[in-house]
Amino acid sequence: MKNQENTDFETRSLDSACINESQLTHHWYHNIKYLLVGILFGIVFVKSEVVSWFRIQEMFRLQSFHMYGIIGSAILVGMFSIWLIKRFDIKTIYGEKIEFHSKSFNKGQIFGGLIFGFGWAITGACPGPLFAQIGTGATVIIVTLLSAIAGTWFYGLLRDKFPH
Amino acid sequence: MLDFLRQPWPWYIAGPLIGSTVPALLILGNKSFGISSSLRHICAACLPANIPFFNYDWKKEVWNLFFVFGILLGGAVAIGFLSNPNPVEVNPNLAVELAGYGITNYNNLVPEDIMNWQVLFSLKGFLVMVVGGFLVGFGTRYAGGCTSGHAIMGLSNLQWPSLVATICFMAGGFIMANLVLPHILAL
Repeated sequence: MKNQENTDFETRSLDSACINESQLTHHWYHNIKYLLVGILFGIVFVKSEVVSWFRIQEMFRLQSFHMYGIIGSAILVGMFSIWLIKRFDIKTIYGEKIEFHSKSFNKGQIFGGLIFGFGWAITGACPGPLFAQIGTGATVIIVTLLSAIAGTWFYGLLRDKFPH
Repeated sequence: MLDFLRQPWPWYIAGPLIGSTVPALLILGNKSFGISSSLRHICAACLPANIPFFNYDWKKEVWNLFFVFGILLGGAVAIGFLSNPNPVEVNPNLAVELAGYGITNYNNLVPEDIMNWQVLFSLKGFLVMVVGGFLVGFGTRYAGGCTSGHAIMGLSNLQWPSLVATICFMAGGFIMANLVLPHILAL
């Protein structure tokens, strides 16, 4: 796989999530390990009912601690592990230094955040659970996923028109 | 053991497992945890249409597509081998409220009464599945991340813009679930 230079630093600076910091190029099969992490993650998603529309409704009505416990403890474990990585300068399995990105503030985090919140409460799913729900056999959620892709595309098309 | 795995997993098991995805992806290959970006990569791969926002080397981010496809397979594995034989248990107050909208089927994680192929072609189904999905895809990209990228990865890395985003996710969800969604479900 050829590693081309990224030319869209301006757009990527607005993007918080999911940035590939690795400078290494690998054969495609190195990605199998992410598939395996995804499978484990998907199993946890389903077994803890995070992907359940009902659990999301309980969360937004303050009727259950379950989702707050999950998100809260996930953040604490993430925080502690990032602290450990920084403190002991832990490297990747390829020996690379692990990079962290600062996120810069823009109004999108407010407007986009509210809009995503509306969608989260309606569909009972953020993007990850959409994939897991389809895996559980809820085939109609393919429509929801396609619509989410359309929403992302629409944002990309008109992003200069929205306040940031 | 298998019986134990078939039960719904408590938050104190699931939360730390989800949180440990953060160091797992970092150590396996310097990848920042985030899921909504996969939607952008799919746009970039399938329909870039000369839009600058989708004009980047998506193949460099292909790991993310492997990851989300894994989530889909994980969902199938969990249902196929570890499925909970009992209905989803919900707060009794919620069950009463939902029964008022005709939602009484708790056999699946997705409420079959309002999310199925027949309902899709009604106004309610269109609003719930199509409009709802659109808001998820549009909002996450506008916000620059979703629950994984902002709430978990961003807060773990002590980024205050992610705290702003997370507060807005929750505020939007509370407004929708309590003030707007009841009217949609009553359709």
